[in-house]
Amino acid sequence: MELFKTVNVDWMGKAKYFVTLSLLLLAIGWFSILRHGLYYGIDFRGGTLVYVRFAGPPPIDQIRKGLQQAGLPNSSIQGISDINAGSQNDVVIGLEQKGTSGDESLDAGKQAILDVLHKTFGTDSSGKQDFNSITPSALAEYLTQKDPLALGPTAADRYNQLAQKLTAARDSDHGGILTSFDALKPVPGVTQPLLTSLATGFSLGNFTIRNVEIVGPKVGAQLRKQAIFATLYALAGMLVYIAFRFEWVYGAAAVIAVFHDVLITLGFFSLFHYEISLTVIAALLTLVGYSMNDTIVIFDRVRENLRLMRREPLPVIVNKSINQTLSRTILTSGLTFLTVLVLYLLGGEVLRAFSFAMVVGVVVGTYSSFGIAAPIVVVWNKFRGQGVTVRAGSAAH
Amino acid sequence: MNPQLKWKFIFILIVILLCIYGLVGLPQFPTSLAQLNQNLADRIKLGLDLKGGSHLVLQVQVDEAIGQRCDQAVDQLTKQLHEKNIVFGEMRRQSDTQILVRNVDTNTSGQFRDIVANQFPDWTLAPAAGETNGYVLTMKPSVVAELRKNTMDQSLETITRRINALGLTEPTIAFTGRGDNEILVQLPGEGDPTRAKAVIQAGGQLELRRVVGDTTYPSEAAALAANGGVLPPGSEIVPGRADNVPGQPQGQVYYILDRAPIVSGQDLRGANPEPSSQNPGQYQVAFHLSTTAAARFGPFTESNVGHRMAIVLDHKVYTAPVINSRIEDSGVIEGSFTQESAQDLALVLRAGALPASIKYLEERTVGPSLGADSIREGVRASIASLVVVMIFLVFYYRLSGVNAVVALALNLVILVAFMAYAGAVLTLPGIAGVILTIGMGVDSNVLVFERIREELRNGKAPASAVDLGFDRAFLTIIDTHVTTVVSAVFLFLFGTGPVRGFAVTLVIGLIANIFTSIYVSRAIFDFHLSRMERQAELSI
Repeated sequence: MELFKTVNVDWMGKAKYFVTLSLLLLAIGWFSILRHGLYYGIDFRGGTLVYVRFAGPPPIDQIRKGLQQAGLPNSSIQGISDINAGSQNDVVIGLEQKGTSGDESLDAGKQAILDVLHKTFGTDSSGKQDFNSITPSALAEYLTQKDPLALGPTAADRYNQLAQKLTAARDSDHGGILTSFDALKPVPGVTQPLLTSLATGFSLGNFTIRNVEIVGPKVGAQLRKQAIFATLYALAGMLVYIAFRFEWVYGAAAVIAVFHDVLITLGFFSLFHYEISLTVIAALLTLVGYSMNDTIVIFDRVRENLRLMRREPLPVIVNKSINQTLSRTILTSGLTFLTVLVLYLLGGEVLRAFSFAMVVGVVVGTYSSFGIAAPIVVVWNKFRGQGVTVRAGSAAH
Repeated sequence: MNPQLKWKFIFILIVILLCIYGLVGLPQFPTSLAQLNQNLADRIKLGLDLKGGSHLVLQVQVDEAIGQRCDQAVDQLTKQLHEKNIVFGEMRRQSDTQILVRNVDTNTSGQFRDIVANQFPDWTLAPAAGETNGYVLTMKPSVVAELRKNTMDQSLETITRRINALGLTEPTIAFTGRGDNEILVQLPGEGDPTRAKAVIQAGGQLELRRVVGDTTYPSEAAALAANGGVLPPGSEIVPGRADNVPGQPQGQVYYILDRAPIVSGQDLRGANPEPSSQNPGQYQVAFHLSTTAAARFGPFTESNVGHRMAIVLDHKVYTAPVINSRIEDSGVIEGSFTQESAQDLALVLRAGALPASIKYLEERTVGPSLGADSIREGVRASIASLVVVMIFLVFYYRLSGVNAVVALALNLVILVAFMAYAGAVLTLPGIAGVILTIGMGVDSNVLVFERIREELRNGKAPASAVDLGFDRAFLTIIDTHVTTVVSAVFLFLFGTGPVRGFAVTLVIGLIANIFTSIYVSRAIFDFHLSRMERQAELSI
């Protein structure tokens, strides 16, 4: 099966439309950025985030009231809806970094949030430990002490394994929160006396802490600086390599194109209110690599065609090169787009912002290779006169 | 099959076997399915974001240690000058590394210089600006640098000992190499780091000191006033613990103590929690001294019977009992300890004191259920997309597509095996690296195949079309891969945690990809061509 046999499109003739489109996209995105700013995640902003999963629909109003009473009015509460998990019971509670009071201990915000949660949804008053927050080792200790399976005093090992299995069942099969001890019945080795013993020793709290992130203000600024510098160095490294393999204008064009991709993607992040985290930086780097790959494939073909068709003007050669590689471009981009789309739909909440960056980036990255990078080379050579193209061809030998 | 091709396949087979062995054969060759699973789980190391656990970044307040060294020098120099009867106006610490001495008597300034030159080799002496007969002692930069390094090394060692004593599994304790004086602590599987954090941060500086005047004061001002505004030489005011211990003075009190301890933390031989002898239900920490310390402690207590001795922990007086008789080598720290806090204090004392205090900069805890979700969703999404891509490749390129699928699968196996051999950790951003690797792997194959099709369209015979296709695409593949590897290397050198994880998987994946999409794929094509009739059509 073949989709594209011979195509003959005058890409360079349409360059002005591409540039207009890019400028438009940049303008929209950066209007949003200047208006609303980028939404920095906790990595770059500093602050406290506590992810909580509730056994039932999260009582957001109640949490808000509790937080206000505790003197944390600046906190944010956000529900997470995850189509996959089939549950809508997750909540993120966030606290901004408190000014410059460096003396306050880093986790003061976390403690305050936990206090509010415990006060508002207090686990029952019997003083039993919450099974939903117990660690395997603590559970093993309890089981060994109570010995509900009557295994004798040497059974610590067995109980250890059992505790691992029970907590694993809680975390993997029930999303970290149990509403009834009977849900543990399918776990191998579980008997009725064991369940009874658990029920007498533990309570089942109606929420569990899924994730805590606390980043100090200094670290946030540092991480931001470092991510930017690492990216700039990486771009510089690519520029030097491409300049060495082709000609410096090719390197510059490729780097400008990927820079363009990153700027547009950032604009989309602002438009759609996604947060920039360290993971998103990894996604941006991925799309830089991806877009660069695409650009080099076209440039490689241009280099080859320059040798074969010395008499043709550069725009014709570039057009031909883009047309020749078009089937590969569309296939690869299509497949990659499919991959990241699946990731976006199935990858879960943690990968959502990451795969969003990829979905946007693949489209923009593919487009910028023929829409931005190639025209830059053509325009530059027109500006410098035709002599340069011949040198570009010979430089590749 | 021609011999050259045969050797190619043997080489590929060896690579595959090595990879599979690296994944499932270590540390012990599996004899059962359970062991095989266990090996596989052990070899693929998951990052905290996938496995769950706590990630702490802390900063050692190194300047504190330098300031302390400066204070010690002030004490020593004061003592020396008093002994030699050298008169001076004032001596104080000017900054963490500078001491100012004012109004040194001109008759003895030569002697003063000799003492500094001979007995304080770590310091340089210079006249103080804007002072007559004033001097500034500055700690030498080399000494400061060494002190910084020692403080960091010692902090890392102490924290490592403490965490190991807590018995947590597979902790990572290392310098971050990021900001100044930062240490990274990773505790896999630890859902609540509160206790570990307290143990790491505890100072652990135990000292036994003589109480000057055997009495307590309600405030610092009162302590000063009682001594006519000037403290006895070599002493200082130290606060007591604010929480009250039965049998001790009530409320916030202050003591005047000798600066020099009789016994300090280095002299400890051991420390253990035990039930409190006086307050049932509470705990105390008993400690034992080394023999050399006991040799000092015995005579001291004997000659000070009836006087008070302070037990000072992290610059707070815990208790100041009256010495009833000669004590040889043991003592007790009383306080309102629970069993756990007594255990933790004993552990901290055994592991040794931190040379400077510690501040937390970052704390992340991924609960086990979130980690499990991330793995499940990440793996499910990756497999789903991989399957979609593979089906398409076979559909679009027919038999050659099968070839691409084999290359892609092998690429992933090599990537994972290499990570297992290198002990690299798979993190969420690492999965991003894997996705880019898959993308570029598909791209390499598509590049080659499209090129072969092009050559076939130009009327080349299958064998030479394959030849040309690989040759022409080779340059492109090398260029795209090297560019990306170059950028990944920069990311690894200058990036932090997650960005590095991305770079590592990417570099390994791309190297594997060059091997699979050029070498392996070519070998399969050649094998196919060697068995094909000359004029038959290539399935592409």
